[in-house]
Parts: sequence; C-alpha cells; structure tokens
Amino acid sequence: MPSVSTPELARRAPTVTPPPAQPAPATPTAAPATVPRLATDALTAWYGASTGVRDVTLACRENTVTALIGPSGCGKSTLLRSLNRMHELVPGTRISGRVLLDGYDIYEAGINPVQVRRRIGMVFQRPTPFPTMSIAENVAAGLAVGHPVARGERQAIIEHALRRAALWDEVKDRLNDSPLELSGGQQQRLCVARTVAPEPEVILLDEPTASLDPAGTAHIEELVQELKREFTVVIVTHNLQQAARVSDVTAFFYLGELVEVGPTSRMFTAPTKPQTEAYITGRFG
Amino acid sequence: MTDLAATALEPEAGPRPTAEERWRALRTVSRGDVIYRSVLTVLALLLPLMLLLIALELVANAWPALAKFGAGFLVHSVWDPVQGQFGALPLIFGTLYSSLVALAIAVPLALGCAIFLTEFAPRWLRNPVGTLIELLAAVPSVIYGLWGIFVLIPLLRDHVWHTARHVLGWLPIFSGVFYGPSVLAAGVILSIMILPYIAAVSREVLLAVPPSQREAGLALGGTRWETVWRVVLPYGRAGIIGAVILGLGRALGETMAVTMVIGNRHEVSASLLQPGYTIAAAIANEFSEAVSDVHLSALFLAGAVLFLITVVVNALARVLVWRVARGSAVGSTAV
Amino acid sequence: MHGRLARKLLGSTMTGVTYGAAALAILPLAVILAMLLFKGAGSIDWDFFTKAAVPLGEKGGGFSHAIVGTLIIVGLACLVGVPIGVATGIFLAEFGGGRVGFGIRFVADVLNGVPSIVIGIFAWTWLVKPMGRFSALAGGVALGMILVPILARTTEEMVRLVPNSLREAALALGYPRWRTSLVVVVRTAAAGILTGCLVAVARVAGETAPLLFTALGNQFFSTRLNGPMAALPLQVYTYALGPYDEWHRQAWAGALVLIVLVLALSLFARAVVRAKRQHA
Repeated sequence: MPSVSTPELARRAPTVTPPPAQPAPATPTAAPATVPRLATDALTAWYGASTGVRDVTLACRENTVTALIGPSGCGKSTLLRSLNRMHELVPGTRISGRVLLDGYDIYEAGINPVQVRRRIGMVFQRPTPFPTMSIAENVAAGLAVGHPVARGERQAIIEHALRRAALWDEVKDRLNDSPLELSGGQQQRLCVARTVAPEPEVILLDEPTASLDPAGTAHIEELVQELKREFTVVIVTHNLQQAARVSDVTAFFYLGELVEVGPTSRMFTAPTKPQTEAYITGRFG
Repeated sequence: MTDLAATALEPEAGPRPTAEERWRALRTVSRGDVIYRSVLTVLALLLPLMLLLIALELVANAWPALAKFGAGFLVHSVWDPVQGQFGALPLIFGTLYSSLVALAIAVPLALGCAIFLTEFAPRWLRNPVGTLIELLAAVPSVIYGLWGIFVLIPLLRDHVWHTARHVLGWLPIFSGVFYGPSVLAAGVILSIMILPYIAAVSREVLLAVPPSQREAGLALGGTRWETVWRVVLPYGRAGIIGAVILGLGRALGETMAVTMVIGNRHEVSASLLQPGYTIAAAIANEFSEAVSDVHLSALFLAGAVLFLITVVVNALARVLVWRVARGSAVGSTAV
Repeated sequence: MHGRLARKLLGSTMTGVTYGAAALAILPLAVILAMLLFKGAGSIDWDFFTKAAVPLGEKGGGFSHAIVGTLIIVGLACLVGVPIGVATGIFLAEFGGGRVGFGIRFVADVLNGVPSIVIGIFAWTWLVKPMGRFSALAGGVALGMILVPILARTTEEMVRLVPNSLREAALALGYPRWRTSLVVVVRTAAAGILTGCLVAVARVAGETAPLLFTALGNQFFSTRLNGPMAALPLQVYTYALGPYDEWHRQAWAGALVLIVLVLALSLFARAVVRAKRQHA
C-alpha cells in the first residue's frame, strides 16, 4: 500500500467532510483517571465454532458518541449485541473477555442479563413498535420492568421521553392511537423514546437509519447529538458520512478485528492503518 | 441525567447508589421464566398423555375379546352377538373397501383441483375457489349423511343405476340387486368428504415446489401442462402421496355419514351395490346397546384395530408431507 | 409440426380438465346447500327455536333443546380444550425447538387423525362408566379432547407468525422471557389465536360420533350437566333415521341451522386469518 500524505488523502476523498470542531461536552470531564462508562476487555464473540469478533478492547466515555464502522460482516453488529448481552440469545453463541459497565464486568457469573438490558438499551435497524399497544403504552413499555413508578409520574415520564426523542409535538394529540399509523421515521423515534424512558445509562443503536428516508435519517442524527448529553451512545453504521457527522470517536472493524479507533476527526483525515484509509476512501466495503 | 433519574424513580432521599451497588443489583434473578416454562410444559405434556391413555384404555377394554378370539377376530366373518361369536372381517373389509372407492374418486379430482389452483386458475379466481373447496371440509358429517339418505341414494338407485346397469350390470363389482344403502354410496360420500383435505395439502405441496423448477421446465421447451406433469408433480411426489394417505386416514375413521348410507350389514361382498359395514359404523350402531360384556369388548377390539390403523396411516402421511413442507402446520388443522 | 400441435392440444385439454375438476368438486357443496335451504328453510319458524321435541311423530315442536344443548356442551368443550390447546400451542412456538417439542407436535398431528368415535368411547370409559350415567359433561370433555390438538397446531402457527424483531425489541428493554412471550408475542398473536379457536369450535360443534355414548341425546329440554343432553347434530341424526316424515322435515331444518352456524364461523375466521397472513 503506497504511503499517502494527508493533503493527498483529503483531495482523494472529497465526499467525506471532516466534522466541525465539537463543542465542549455539557458535563465537565472529571479527572483523567475516570472509569469509562462502557468498555470491553479482550472481548471475543463466537457463533458456534467461528468468531464474529475477536479480541476487542474498546472504551466509551460518558456522554460521547462512539461509531462502529466497517464493511458487511466485519463484526460491528456482533460487538454491539455483546454489549447488552443480546448476542447470547442466539443458540450456540458464547463470549470470552469482559464487558465493563462503570468498571464492573456484566458477564460475571451470577449477573442476570435481563437486568443488564435495563441499563443498556438498544434501538434496532427496523422500527419495532409493539402493534397491540398505543403510542403512550409503547413509550411506557420499559417502565413496567424497572423501578415501580407512581401513577402521576408515568405521564410525565412519557412526555419527557417523547420530547427527548423530538416526537412529542407530533403525537401529543394522539397518544392513544396505534403506532402503526406513524411514518417509518416517526416509528423509529418512538422506539428511541421507548428506549430512553426507563433511563438507561447507555444507548446502543444498530444501523438506526438504514430503513429511513433522508428526512427521517436527519431527525435521528439530530437526536443522537441530543442524546449524548444525557447518555453514552454507541452507534453501528454503514454510512461513513453519518459516522463523521454524529460521532466523537470512531472504531473501524475489519474481518472481526478492531483495526483502529480514535477521535472521529483524526480517523477521517489522518488514519494510521492502511486498511482504515482504504475503507474511508471507498476503495472497498 | 442520573441525578434526574434518581429523584424521579427513587423517591427516598439519600446518597446515590455507588457503581458497585448498582452492579450488585444486576444479580437479581427472574424466577418468572422458570414458572412460565414449567406451566406450559406440563400443559403441553397432556397431549402425549392423552394419546397414551387412549391407547391403554382401548387395549384394556379390548383384552377379553382379544384373549377369547385371538387373531381369528380379524379373519372370521360371523358377527353374532347372541351366540357370542365375533368376527370382524366384514368390518375391516368394509372400512378398507369404502375408503378405497373414496380414494379412487377423490384423488384424481383433488389433484386436478390442486393443479388448477396453483397453475392454471386466474389469480382472482384462486382464493374464492380455494375457499369453496375448503368449505367442503367444514360441513358436518351428519349433514352429508342426511343428504346421502334422502338425495344421493335415490339418485344413484333410481337414476344413475337405472340407466348404467344395462352397460355395467355384468361386472362382478356391480352385481346383485341395488337397494340403495351400499358401499358405493358410502364411497361417493366419503370421496366428497376427503377431497378438500387431499386438495388442500396437495396445493401446499405444489406451492412449496420452487419456481426455479417450473422455469427450468418451461425453458426446456415444455408446455405448461407438460411442466406440471413432468417436473412439478414428480418433485412434489412424496408430499402428494402424503396428502393421499392423509385422505385415506380421514376416510377410514369417518363415522356418521357412512353409517347412514352404507346399510350396516356384517357381510363381505365384492359388489359395490351391496350393503356393507365399517368399524366406525359398527361401533356407532352397537355400542350403546351391546348385548354382553364380550360384545362390548369385541367393539373395543375393533376400535383398537381402527385406532392402530389410523395412527400408522396418519404418522406415515405426516412424515411424507413434512419432508416436502418442512414441518409447517400444513394440513394438520381443520383445513 | 404435428408433434407440437398435439402437445399444445393436450395442454389445453388438460387445463380444461382441471377446470372441470374444480367445478365438480364444488358441485356437491352447492347442491347440498341448495337442498338444505329448499328442504329446511320452510320448517324454520319461531317454534323451531323455542320449543323442544313433542311425543313421537306428533306435529309441531322444535329443536330448542338441541340448540341449547349444543351451546352448553360446546361451552364445556371450550372450557376444557381452549386453555390446554392454546397453552400447548404457545409452548410449541416458544420452546418447541428441541426433541420434546418435536414429539409433542407429532403427537398432536397423530391425535388430529384419530377418529372422533374412538375419542367418544374413551370418554365413555372414563366419564360415563364410572359415573354410571350419560352426561353433558362427558360429551363436553370428549369434544374438548378433540379441540386440544387442533388448537395446539393453529395457535403454534399464529404465534410463529409474530416477527422475531418484536421479541428482540422486548428483550432489549429488559423484559424477561416470560413477559416477552406473554405481553408482547402472545398479545400480538391474540387475534389469530382467537380465530383459530373459532374454526375449531365450528368443527366440534358439528361432531356427532363423540356424543353418541357420552351426552347420548335427550328428547326433553335439560340443562343438567350430569345427565343426558340433546345436541343439534345428534338430534338431526336421530330424526333422519326415524320413521316419521315429521322428524325428517325437522331434521332438514336442524341441519340448515347447523350448517349456517358452522359456515358463518368458518368463513369469518378464514377471512381474518387470511388478512393476517398477508399483513405479516
């Protein structure tokens, strides 16, 4: 792979615009020795005999957006699903290594994965509102399994979640209607509201805009920027421009390995590994 | 954010739980899963239990007759409750004979319907015609019997046979005086009743044949019919045989319509125009008024034989159909 | 091209043959429905629904005892059969991947093929003989036993139709498996499960053989669960075989009522199921 200087790279990849300088995060960072909100330590995830993702060590600090990028089959979704213990729902899977929430391993023996998923939420590629529940009931669906909530609080939590998902104004008059009447983008924002209502600490997004039109995509991307103020966000995306737009940290995966990780601005202008550069300039994937 | 969460969800004031405490809280166990699965499993196991109990109860009640008559039960023809002699050959013969007649009529028709619905029918016609054919299965047996007594039998006897006997009367299977109640009448009614099952399962089997097979046949220059006959049907052969066997299983066990039109006579005759009897019809007629314990036991033994035959036939049909339709609920419900 | 023309002709002929087969298959349905209407409609009046049978061969009377009897016996059958059948279906869909599930599924299919008269004599040995009397209860249980394997398979099919993405969404919210299954999956499949029940109920409502030695039938109006009870198909059977024209007339009327009930339930359920399948 011939070496390429930075200006040369910038010329060759005109479609990838470096993100604007990020404003300082709302909460001041603590002393440098803070434990990251979510981290992995030599995480390997198997499907039967083959590995989906191998020996991944990655840290996600609080109130940041981390993007996982890479070509199809590189393991980014497998990694994401390992973070909230959804990977193990498929028969024949297992993991080795650790996933640390506030420094504590969520895979330790005796930890209940159901409880883990109440602190780490997930939004999927296709919107999945529960069809037999109303919009309000959908938003409140996660509350039923968490701490008991007083009756008066419930309505307030629903409204708060819908506001954070930028959906309140559009549905406030039809909270009891079926979610199937909403557009795809609105349904996806409903799923985001449903995920944030029980106040998890981390939100995982698995290609959340893959099935949406550009307007819907733009809405979700704005949401992600808002969400990072209160949550820690990890997003898997196929769309390089999206990763460049919304994330603070980008991790590039290839063939099940974490090739390179770093601040998004650097990753897209001066990646150190040749594979990263090749992917970002569109030479494959 | 976490402060907001803490005050919104945990009304008690106090220090926020530490990271370690919150992690320990992840150890709480969900017991509901175990209860849920256990309850469902227990209820589901009632099905095999039911099958077992039926089999055991039949054998237990049939035992006296089995001990007394042995294998002779299956080959002797004399059924005399007064004398205590019970030979079930006419019952077994009639069951098989009437079912065979039914298959002979129903299979070509049902296959024709299935091919019609999957290959030749215009799209708008498929659902209505398919529904009408399926509705045949929804008609209760006793209504078929009622229609059989008052409409079909007079029709067969007074009109169809009246003219056909000049042509066919010399054949041994049409010998004897035709009074009406007969194996033929039972076979015709049975064929109407089993047609929807064979047609529905065959249709699903044909639908499961990959379109690439049809395309290959047409690409080789075949007409649509040739493709069906030489490519599609052979591909679905196992499933279609399974459908036919399924129909046979239904015919073997039909009770009400058969007993209303077959004549209910313990006699083995090659002629379709003569009355006959089936195991199910005999049980229906004689069970409540069984003359003696032996009589009742003989009926149970006949029932056990019927049970065994239908279980084997249905199991065979399922295996064949599953191979093509891969374990879906094809044909297993009330169509 | 003699060969090609002959092949084309054969193809057209066989196409016509299949059209004929379909027509021939539907013909009996049309004829039977027509006969039921022709012979039965005239006898359906207010008395038919409100009066019970009168002494042998006399004119008048109705089928009220049989209609009410069917409602009671089928109601009992649902009480017994629906919970067990639906629960088994949910089990098969949610936990039925392994060998236990395979075995139960196989047993259900086998039981679906057991003649209903065999179920009837089984119920006789278990409920009539020990109790020493024929009863509506025994009839209800017999019909319930027929319901269970049917409902197990239809329920399984409906629950399987629920997309896996809904399960995942619920699990990702921190729902334990039981809650995911009940509150999300089964609730979503509920409409389909209900229509499956309707089709099965329509089928058992028309069954006669299992009632012959359990509920036995009754010429008098009765709602006693532990005694013999009339049922619509039973009454049609008895009257059809009887020697009186008056009985035959009422048998046609009873058959018409029965077929209307059964077909209405079946058609309604089929329409809903088909719509759901296209939606999924």
